[in-house]
Amino acid sequence: MATWTWFHRLASPPHVYAFARRWTPWFGGFAALAMCAALYGGLVLAPEDYQQKDAFRMVYVHAPTAWLSLMIYTTMAVAAAVGLIWRMKVAHAAAAACAPVGAWFTVAALGTGMLWGKPMWGAYWVWDPRLTAELVLLFLYFGYMGLRAGIEDPAKADKASAVLAVVGVINVPIIKFSVEWWNSLHQTATVMQMGKPKMDFDMLWPLLLMFLAFALYFVAVLLIRLRAELLRRERNASWVREVLA
Amino acid sequence: MLTVQGVHLWRGDRHVLRGLSFEGQPGKCVLLTGKNGAGKTTLIRAIAGLLDPEEGQVFWRGAPARARRDEFHTELAYLGHEPPLKGDLSARENLRYSIGIRRSVTTAEIDAALTRTGANAFADRATRMLSAGQKRRVALAGVLLANAVLWLLDEPTTNLDADGQQLVRDLIGEQLAREGIVVAAVHHSLALPAEQLVALELGQS
Amino acid sequence: MKTRVLKTTALAAARLVAVRDLRLAFRKPSQVIQPLMFFMIVATLFPLTLTPEMSRLRDAAPGVLWIGALLSSLLALEFLFRDDAVDGTLEQFALSGQSLTWMLFAKTCTHWMLTGLPLALSAPIAAAALGVSMGAMAGVVASLALGSFAMSLVGAIGAGLTLGARRGGVLLSLLTLPLAVPILIFGARATQLAINGGDIAPPMYLLGAIAVLGVTLAPLAAAAAVRIGLE
Repeated sequence: MATWTWFHRLASPPHVYAFARRWTPWFGGFAALAMCAALYGGLVLAPEDYQQKDAFRMVYVHAPTAWLSLMIYTTMAVAAAVGLIWRMKVAHAAAAACAPVGAWFTVAALGTGMLWGKPMWGAYWVWDPRLTAELVLLFLYFGYMGLRAGIEDPAKADKASAVLAVVGVINVPIIKFSVEWWNSLHQTATVMQMGKPKMDFDMLWPLLLMFLAFALYFVAVLLIRLRAELLRRERNASWVREVLA
Repeated sequence: MLTVQGVHLWRGDRHVLRGLSFEGQPGKCVLLTGKNGAGKTTLIRAIAGLLDPEEGQVFWRGAPARARRDEFHTELAYLGHEPPLKGDLSARENLRYSIGIRRSVTTAEIDAALTRTGANAFADRATRMLSAGQKRRVALAGVLLANAVLWLLDEPTTNLDADGQQLVRDLIGEQLAREGIVVAAVHHSLALPAEQLVALELGQS
Repeated sequence: MKTRVLKTTALAAARLVAVRDLRLAFRKPSQVIQPLMFFMIVATLFPLTLTPEMSRLRDAAPGVLWIGALLSSLLALEFLFRDDAVDGTLEQFALSGQSLTWMLFAKTCTHWMLTGLPLALSAPIAAAALGVSMGAMAGVVASLALGSFAMSLVGAIGAGLTLGARRGGVLLSLLTLPLAVPILIFGARATQLAINGGDIAPPMYLLGAIAVLGVTLAPLAAAAAVRIGLE
């Protein structure tokens, strides 16, 4: 019985709104703390990489943003699927709130990847398989946001984009595989795998902490966007009038 | 047999259907009236299962229509605003395909239905060359051929002349005599015997 | 109400839909011919932007053929569901009590037979103009045929999703292109191997795997999308 109450609360916009309002500062605060600690650990404490010297430190921003861009897409697809199957408005609102954040993380991953590429390969873009897959992921985000924007009726937009998100999430592993396959066919001798250089613990813990920091940051931003989404969607409901009073 | 219970439906921001409930019994025609935008089309599409009510349910033969959607649809004939015809096919060909995907249908049955609705004369011309009224007669033949228990008709007399409107009345009467159910959205009243009618006015809060 | 009717099976209904679509296509062939012409024009425009040197063109041929095929199929996908959605027959499919999944699968297959297959069969003309030798043509046709089939399946999902959207054509391309990346990669590789005389089996198997996945999942997604679009 208790689990059902919890599930019902999760589906109720005013409850979710209150939850989001209460917890956003905590997530944001911990995210900031973790980010500072991770940055200190990665930029100052961690020793130089034997091959890349200081350039490898880019991994502390690039890798978490890349992981997160993928994680957010998955979260978006799961939320959309929940909204579609159990017909929960809040889930659809969450999916809509995820999309721009995920897109920005993808842009950040591409940007940091390109900045890392310059010292590593001498060029900003060399069709590295991971970066290419990130680019396709960005197009998937654009498609999702474009579909939402292109359908007038909000309920229809929710459902259609949910189908697209689920189809997309199934496709992502296939796309990654195909891009890596493509890249491996044309292996050049000096391809340096962007990604983890051999890492001992000194180098690793700031990376994991940074991942956690970005994840907390994502949740904080998601909660803020979710509140805005809920207010917009439910603007005619009585609870909104009470909250804004 | 058909029960609509507490149906709420929003179209965007508009609360179109507000807690609608009614029953459709065999031999009765539920007549939906109301101004433009009152929700007649929305209600008919919701019963057909094309729209999902946010609250409330539609029951068919005691079970939720959504749960046994395909079986429900085999007993349903739906006619919307526009007659569903492919312009490049003739009336006969249209019916052969649209009914054929539901059940096996013979040429004789198609001919009989077209004759009944007065569409036999132009049954072999491409439907894009027909007038709106002629197309509607072909569509009505399709409704006949569906052999459905429940008819959902959205403004069935549109574009029809006086003869055509009488035809619609007759067809509905025959369907009710077969113990079928008709739910029809109309602008003006359909002159049917009072004991066969259940009137429902939409658009009042 | 007593009716003794013989309900059509899902397969028979799907077959009827396919026959209907073929008949309609023969009565309005321009819908089928235009994407084909588009492909030819695009394929011939490329040399104008690159070089008249056959050997250099041959290197670019897989890309030219595949981008041309991709763009042409995006154009053709517009008419997969649109006509039926506009005149209400798609709605009747959804209300027929038959499996919408099967009927849409039949429509997609017919659509491929009318667009992708002719494109693959006429690709040798464009390929020859790009310096591809005669011996490679079988591989070129095979890779484009299988790839365009997979494209039709994936595109059907996008076509269903954009039924109710504004500027549906551009949106359809935006949605379908990222999903089509694997098809593009494996298909172009197969064409490239065919042109260079290599073994096209590995990428063809991968392409086939995608097609199989598409056959199982795409019609389901397309049916869900169409029902949403009909709301």
